[in-house]
Amino acid sequence: MAMISDAPALQQPSEPAESAAAPSRMARYARPILGLLLPLALALGWELVVWLGWSNGRLVPPPSRVFATIAELARSGELVRHVIATLWRVGLGFAFGVIAGTMLGAVSGYWSLARRLLDPTVQALRAIPSLAWVPLFILWLGIFETSKVALIAVGVFFPVYLGVMGAILSVDRKIVEVGRTFRLSGPAMIRRILLPAVLPAYVVSLRVGLGLGWMFVVAAELIGASEGLGYLLLDGQQLGKPAQILAAIVIFAILGKLTDWLIEVAAAPFLRWQDAFGRAKGA
Amino acid sequence: MLALDRVSKTYPNGVQALSRFSAEIRLGEIIAIIGGSGCGKSTLLRAIAGLDRASAGTVTLDNEAIVSPHAKIGIIFQEPRLLPWLSVADNIGFGLADLPAAERREKVARALERVGLAEKAQAWPRELSGGQAQRVAIARALVPQPEVLLLDEPFSALDAFTRRDLQDHLLDLWADTRPTLILVTHDVDEAVVLADRVLVMRPRPGRLFDQIEINLGRPRDRNSPLFENFKRSVLTSLDRSLDRNVPDRDATQGPGQAMWW
Repeated sequence: MAMISDAPALQQPSEPAESAAAPSRMARYARPILGLLLPLALALGWELVVWLGWSNGRLVPPPSRVFATIAELARSGELVRHVIATLWRVGLGFAFGVIAGTMLGAVSGYWSLARRLLDPTVQALRAIPSLAWVPLFILWLGIFETSKVALIAVGVFFPVYLGVMGAILSVDRKIVEVGRTFRLSGPAMIRRILLPAVLPAYVVSLRVGLGLGWMFVVAAELIGASEGLGYLLLDGQQLGKPAQILAAIVIFAILGKLTDWLIEVAAAPFLRWQDAFGRAKGA
Repeated sequence: MLALDRVSKTYPNGVQALSRFSAEIRLGEIIAIIGGSGCGKSTLLRAIAGLDRASAGTVTLDNEAIVSPHAKIGIIFQEPRLLPWLSVADNIGFGLADLPAAERREKVARALERVGLAEKAQAWPRELSGGQAQRVAIARALVPQPEVLLLDEPFSALDAFTRRDLQDHLLDLWADTRPTLILVTHDVDEAVVLADRVLVMRPRPGRLFDQIEINLGRPRDRNSPLFENFKRSVLTSLDRSLDRNVPDRDATQGPGQAMWW
């Protein structure tokens, strides 16, 4: 996920300056294109296979049929309805999960007493596969929106909680000492030292959390929904429409990447100081 | 005046790092503290800074007991410890948050000029060389105009040339407001170049072993015979503090002696 795709960038923090000038413009566009070659070739190849009649493409529809399905869903207004339903659930669940995860993570990171009280319980709960909550949530919260949002929030909560707590615990003692020598008060220490120090890890945990949010919305919608992209998946399975399933998957991919990118873009101005962020990304 | 009265520090694990260290340091004096590893020199400095509390004894600055970091005491660490998310200028102004913005900007600009990094004001700390970063750290510590500036092996991570540069630069900056400087070092050369008085410490437990006044005018010539003399007396004292049997340094360097193998 987000963490994995960032890892290579972190390992090459300072690209030598000479490659920054003329070749970089080409590199910036050429490399993503390089990555697109394989999927494009596969898609075109499959399209060709079906077009030549070597396969009927019934179970594995060619890209043109998938996009035709998307276009049709869009024309009928179905697509917007499903996308909005799913986005709304993810957004709400993400918000709740982030708020709870940030608050508890901050408390556990800052006060060791709270950590001793709270963390073992949270870690024990984390060990439960989150889908195991589904029957309970349905019993408690009903089969409508509340249980779905709750499930997504649970998925988002743990990575954010762990990220915030871990980030606070790993703030460099030496830098905290600088704050102490300038006699910062508690709130000033948090605002001027801890928050900025924690921010990079926090952004990563948000991105991981969002990824899990997208995972759990599918689970929630597969279980029982009358709208949403997950419902499109299930509907496609039950009515034997693989093009519709693939269409939903493509839209999931687009939305997931888009929302992840939004977090990255929103955080970028605050992380310009970092050695690795964005700078080495084009490389 | 900074008064250290029988300052002792025993760590929770039972290690006695510092035992009954007493000294009186005048305003504007430059003190170098030197000693073998584990002699408690950093512990002493942290007690003076108010970062750690002494187990016994007192540190008083102008009759005020120091138990926590104090506005009149600044510290420079071995590493620059700049805040990576602040520009160079904001790092220097870090301790001036209480001042109005205009006044802060003016002081920061003057400090940047003074350490020769005016063109780096908006750079990030990661863009600085080691020597530049340490100069920013010096400016950050000096800009609130402390009465006492503590330096914990501030130049030990730098190469020899940069170290010399910064030693001279530090003296230059010191002359502006003449604060008390207390420098922990393990570099005899550095101690003799900078200090009015060298305190030699003895390890296990750390305590004061010897004091050597460096009666040399400034600027000091590192190659003069007098400078060499002071260096030798500090080295001899340091050897004795570590119970090494070197009764006479010159004798060991006599002809033939170096060739005995």
